[in-house]
Amino acid sequence: MSLKYRIAIIVALIIASAGALFPRRVAKSGGQPGAIVRDSGYRFPLRKGLDLQGGMHLALEVDDSKAANITNKSEAIDRALKVVRSRVDQFGVSEPVVQKAGNDRIIVELPGIDEQQRAMDIVQKSAFLQFLITDKSNALERALPRLDAAAKSVAIAAPTGKTAQPQADTTKNALQGLFGTDTSKKTAKPDTATAGGAAKKTADSGKAADTTVPPTTNGPFTKLLQRGEMPGEYFVAQEDIPTLQHYLSDSSVMSAIPPGKSVLWSADSSVFNGHVFRSIYVVDSRPIITGEYLTDARPESSPTEGTVVTFQLNNEGGRRFRNETAKHIKDFMAIVLDGRVMGRPPVIQSAIGTRGQITMGNRDLQAAQDLALVLRAGALPVPLKVAEVRNIGPSLGSDSVHKSIHAGLLAIALVVLIMLVYYRFSGFLAVCGMVLYMLFTLAALAGFDAVLTLPGLAGFVLSIGIAVDANVLIFERIREELDRGKSARLAIDEGFRHALPAIIDSNVSTALTAAVLYQFGTGPVRGFAVTLLAGIAASMITAIFVVRTFYMIWLSRSTEQQTLSI
Amino acid sequence: MLRIFHDTKYDFIRWWKVAVGLTVAFLVIGLGSFAIKPINYSIEFTGGTLKQLQFTTPPDVSQIRQALDAAGFRESEIQQYGSNKEFTLRVHDAASTAAQASGAERVSVAVDSALIKKFGANDIKVVRTEAVGPRVGSELRGNALLAILISFVVTLIYLAIRFEWRFGLAAVIATGHDIFTTLAFLKVMHLEVSLTVVAALLTVLGYSLNDTIIIFDRVRENLRKGRKEPLYDVLNRSINETLPRSILTHATATAATLALLLFAGEVIRPFAWVMLFGIVTGTFSSIYIAGPVLLWIERKYPRATAWKSSSTATATSQTRPSPTTATR
Repeated sequence: MSLKYRIAIIVALIIASAGALFPRRVAKSGGQPGAIVRDSGYRFPLRKGLDLQGGMHLALEVDDSKAANITNKSEAIDRALKVVRSRVDQFGVSEPVVQKAGNDRIIVELPGIDEQQRAMDIVQKSAFLQFLITDKSNALERALPRLDAAAKSVAIAAPTGKTAQPQADTTKNALQGLFGTDTSKKTAKPDTATAGGAAKKTADSGKAADTTVPPTTNGPFTKLLQRGEMPGEYFVAQEDIPTLQHYLSDSSVMSAIPPGKSVLWSADSSVFNGHVFRSIYVVDSRPIITGEYLTDARPESSPTEGTVVTFQLNNEGGRRFRNETAKHIKDFMAIVLDGRVMGRPPVIQSAIGTRGQITMGNRDLQAAQDLALVLRAGALPVPLKVAEVRNIGPSLGSDSVHKSIHAGLLAIALVVLIMLVYYRFSGFLAVCGMVLYMLFTLAALAGFDAVLTLPGLAGFVLSIGIAVDANVLIFERIREELDRGKSARLAIDEGFRHALPAIIDSNVSTALTAAVLYQFGTGPVRGFAVTLLAGIAASMITAIFVVRTFYMIWLSRSTEQQTLSI
Repeated sequence: MLRIFHDTKYDFIRWWKVAVGLTVAFLVIGLGSFAIKPINYSIEFTGGTLKQLQFTTPPDVSQIRQALDAAGFRESEIQQYGSNKEFTLRVHDAASTAAQASGAERVSVAVDSALIKKFGANDIKVVRTEAVGPRVGSELRGNALLAILISFVVTLIYLAIRFEWRFGLAAVIATGHDIFTTLAFLKVMHLEVSLTVVAALLTVLGYSLNDTIIIFDRVRENLRKGRKEPLYDVLNRSINETLPRSILTHATATAATLALLLFAGEVIRPFAWVMLFGIVTGTFSSIYIAGPVLLWIERKYPRATAWKSSSTATATSQTRPSPTTATR
């Protein structure tokens, strides 16, 4: 290959590399959380991993404890992936990653996120919306004797259970409190729920609760309940909640519940006259409609009802909703999200069309935004749980970048010093090659759209020290050939030729190791493997081709015998 | 020109008994201590929760302990990390890890609230959280082991193709030596075995193999020259001939590793330590283990024909100038 072509190739490589490293336009989903604003900005093409820019990494799995039997996990994960992706896309972080890992896991990466809990809620929330009619046939009351009997057997079944059970319960509670789940939120007034404009606010239920006479018998189940104002509504005092939860988790109690009916907890507690209550609702198990017909949901804040989420159904959903609600005029409709009744069920005044709203009680606008977001994205087809979470603060990330740059500069300085002192002019050529090596490696990483991680950066710094190995091998060979009395030109030719097999063998074996690492590593280690691979390719190109060309340029200056400084 | 270790005639192979003795002693100390205390796996492998905390003022460690005890994490480890305002917490006792099976974030959330209750939200910042469920941990452990084994097999196959099996086996034994000595080093230094350290281990493996290949490549070449020379001498000559290259490459690699060790921060430090030790043990094994093992294999399973190869040996003149050790 003539010198001209060689130089042309090198120049082309440099231009291509510089082009690959030129700032790129990237799509961002925009600033305001919850809002769908598409924006774009420019950034350096090398994407920083979460360990360098801060953010959150989540691995999600199907929650087997909540999903009884999922026959095809991989397929279920595929469906869940779509929902999670659409939620994350709307969440408002730039360049999130949502992908399937293996057969049964979803990886979510949210760069720059600092609110751990909120991010996890948005990704994990099932968001299964149902509209259920509260029971008006007093089915629960009629079933109370059986429920009491069942509850009694639960309480008596294990006298040790009396000692062990409360203990288990308290530890469970302690754990729950500890883990910050759902300690009942005290709201000042009962939540009211309205569905569309057709619903009317029910009368203040505080009085109703107080005036209601407790049901007749004094069975263990019955005594926990106070009848509410609307059909199917019962209040449970704060201190009785764990006991009732315990009863309701028992299969014999559950089987005593009238068929076709479900017992659901309300999402929030209420305070009447200084007593904290939570409601349970007995509802028809069959929903009149579910959230699958929902086309849009938006957070709104109204002066009278606080924060609400308004939603819109598609035409088919609207038709069904209208038909069903028309059959249930004067009935109460519970809006149920993930098995919890949101607000107090409103009464249906007339058939409801395509619009409706969910009241959020006293929760803030962000909660409404998040709920609207998950409703828009749709319900998760399977319940998910977090299998792994890594969260790195942005300050720690930028600190790591600075430290790596310092280490890199020191490494470069030391290597340049060693090469210049030992090989003089040839060392200078090797250093020029090293500069191109770094350019090519970074460009290759940008080309693969690789993610730069902290181990990756460390690998890059390390590779600067190892990349000159090929040069060293060649230079030592050239020296040997010169020792044998060959001319500079011949020695260079022979040196490159003889060093080649060793260079290829050693690089290929390292590349194989890196490939294995890539295959089996996750996140940061993958970044390391990619850097290693890109480095090997770049180092071979620079040492074998570029530095050779430098020599050829040097030799071409004159046809006379020259003394090589090596 | 500046030359170091040029045209040396050291008898490296003669020291193989000493080398084996050193290796065995090191392995006995290092691996022997496994019997006393198991290897220190990181959160990634065991499952559990790690937190890195930043305080605005240096806290009293016993207060952190109190907060964790109150939250029920008695077996947690608290460690200073860099300055006296930064600490890491590790919660990976069996009960807490098991609790993470139903949601990896559970312990993390509990620890956060306990710490904020104790120190106040303004005085403490959680800058890093790693919470790994037990299943992910055991999977990663399996994968890491598989990665090491597979890279072993893959390089063995490559060596078998490029060299003949005696070389391949010797190189793999030398590499195995590096893995075991590095494990012993991890143990002696009480380094935590994380995924990054496994990456370093595999890099050491590649680096050491690289070194062995350079020497074996020279052996192969010298054998092809067809001189009547026992393998013992060929090995020694090849090691001596590649010595300047080895010294220089190790110097630059060590320089880069030292830069990492000194400047790249706490997260990378274990990686840099393993790499630094790897350069030493890799060099050692390439010279003192790979060579003698090849010799031993050759004695045990001598090849049918003499050390003559029909390949295109370079028949250049073998006149060598007298040794020069000074610059010109």
